Amino acid sequence: MSRKFLSGNEAFAEGIRLAKPDVISAYPITPQTIVVERLSEMVEDGSLKSDFIHVESEHSALSCAIGASAAGARAFTATSSQGLLYMAECLYYASGGRFPIVMMNADRSTALPWNIYGDQRDSLSQLDSGWIQVYAENAQEALDLALMSWRIAEDKRVSTPVMVNLDGFVLTHTYETVEIPEQAQADKFLPPYVTDNRIDFANPKNLAFSAGPDTNYIFKYKAHTGMLAAKEVVAETETAFAEIFGRQYSGLLDSYRTEDAEIILVTLGSIAGLCREVTDRLRAHGIKAGVVRIRYMRPFPNEEIAAALKNAKAFGVLEKDISFGNEGTVFTNVNSALQKAGIHIPGYNFIGGLGGRNISAGEIGEIFAAIQSGANSVNFLGIDDAEKTGGDGNGKSNS
Amino acid sequence: MKEILWLGRGGQGAFTAAKLFGAAYISDAQSQYALAFPSFGPERRGAPVRAFTKLDTKPVLDRSQTEQADYIVILDDTLYSPELQNLLKPDGRIIINSKAPIPDTFTFDGEAVAKEFRLPTVNTVMLGIVSALSGYITEAQASAAISGYMPEKIQARNIGAVRLAREAVQQ
Repeated sequence: MSRKFLSGNEAFAEGIRLAKPDVISAYPITPQTIVVERLSEMVEDGSLKSDFIHVESEHSALSCAIGASAAGARAFTATSSQGLLYMAECLYYASGGRFPIVMMNADRSTALPWNIYGDQRDSLSQLDSGWIQVYAENAQEALDLALMSWRIAEDKRVSTPVMVNLDGFVLTHTYETVEIPEQAQADKFLPPYVTDNRIDFANPKNLAFSAGPDTNYIFKYKAHTGMLAAKEVVAETETAFAEIFGRQYSGLLDSYRTEDAEIILVTLGSIAGLCREVTDRLRAHGIKAGVVRIRYMRPFPNEEIAAALKNAKAFGVLEKDISFGNEGTVFTNVNSALQKAGIHIPGYNFIGGLGGRNISAGEIGEIFAAIQSGANSVNFLGIDDAEKTGGDGNGKSNS
Repeated sequence: MKEILWLGRGGQGAFTAAKLFGAAYISDAQSQYALAFPSFGPERRGAPVRAFTKLDTKPVLDRSQTEQADYIVILDDTLYSPELQNLLKPDGRIIINSKAPIPDTFTFDGEAVAKEFRLPTVNTVMLGIVSALSGYITEAQASAAISGYMPEKIQARNIGAVRLAREAVQQ
């Protein structure tokens, strides 16, 4: 094990090196580029024995990975923002074909206005594409997910591709302390990929076929149950990971000081660390605050969110997304989890960090204050006028 | 947590200095953590850039831009304005690469040292200055970071520049 000072992108590339994919096909796009550069350098210097396939677009990058996976290979790709949207058609082919591809997505704003900075509108727009979606908080978690995601995707109960999301720049381009495991540890954790879901001349079968109204729904049902099975597989994978690498992750979400919290902020990605720091400061002043960091957006942690929020008096959701004309998609999902569990407490949505806008500790403090005192249903950070937020102004969680 | 804000122009290596300082801080102590990041965006030579180093004895959770720095290090004195004092903690200091003194700041002629080591920029010279003034990292840690994260052919000259800069402060 070595301790290095690496960016999120570099750390993720190290994780992929340890996972030894057979095929890498990717097209560079800011802020993902460094992952692709590092992997191509590793292939060039022989430290990674993968076939690196240069493609002319993101649509081709994922198509290529699908083809490789259909041949029984462990396949990796990476993208961001408009690149993810351009490959959107292929996302459904990969998940529908049950090809356990791993993709790294550098979360970045979507055009127009054109913007290369981080927010989560790209990946959250693809929640329905049938991919497992996980959001890293820091570079160490990114590296660790680069290893764990294969084991989850390739588990026969799951057989579903995984999208690992890293906040653009704030995580992809920030340097921090990272432990790099040894190859022997990674090999012990992640055996080579073996599958029957592949082209095999000795045992010919039909792959990636069409299915009419009489059977189509069965495949969709199975994709759904396969995704749900990932909940259990995530837990098993994290236990196995902790045994070998000594780092224990917390499943579909990560709760901080929620046990006795009266106000809880739910969020995802790299902003969660600052939310926890602000929580500590509020606690020092006697305010019972807590934080829930959603790690997996799909499968969605409905029961876990309900359990974390059930004793709170009010909650907020801070997200780098807006579904225009409604609210942030994470907020919609969290409200659904609470409604199903019969929990009816006020909730407020805070839209921040769009187009890479900095979210300060002061703003997070204001969010907690707004959760405590009541706010608009939907609040845009940096735009204080209630009329401009489109909120209903009466503190209702669902307008 | 200790925070250093670096100001420079594209090409001066402000972010490289920010990164090296963080790498130095974590280089030989398992209990020390750092974060370093630039002001994000397209890289443009000559344009003002900011970079940030955060140091702590526990993992650094705050990834936001520094609002109250312990040190502001300015690689090009034309980037200084008195308003920068507002970004300092009460006991914070501003360190500027400048041939002429500037009120309420610590100035040092980094170019003279850079020239001596045939370095095109003053980033590691100023890293040496702030390391000596702050005491956050030792000369050995700075050298280890340069050896670990800079191309081999420029390591020795940068290590020499850090040493000379530190000696200048200590005198």
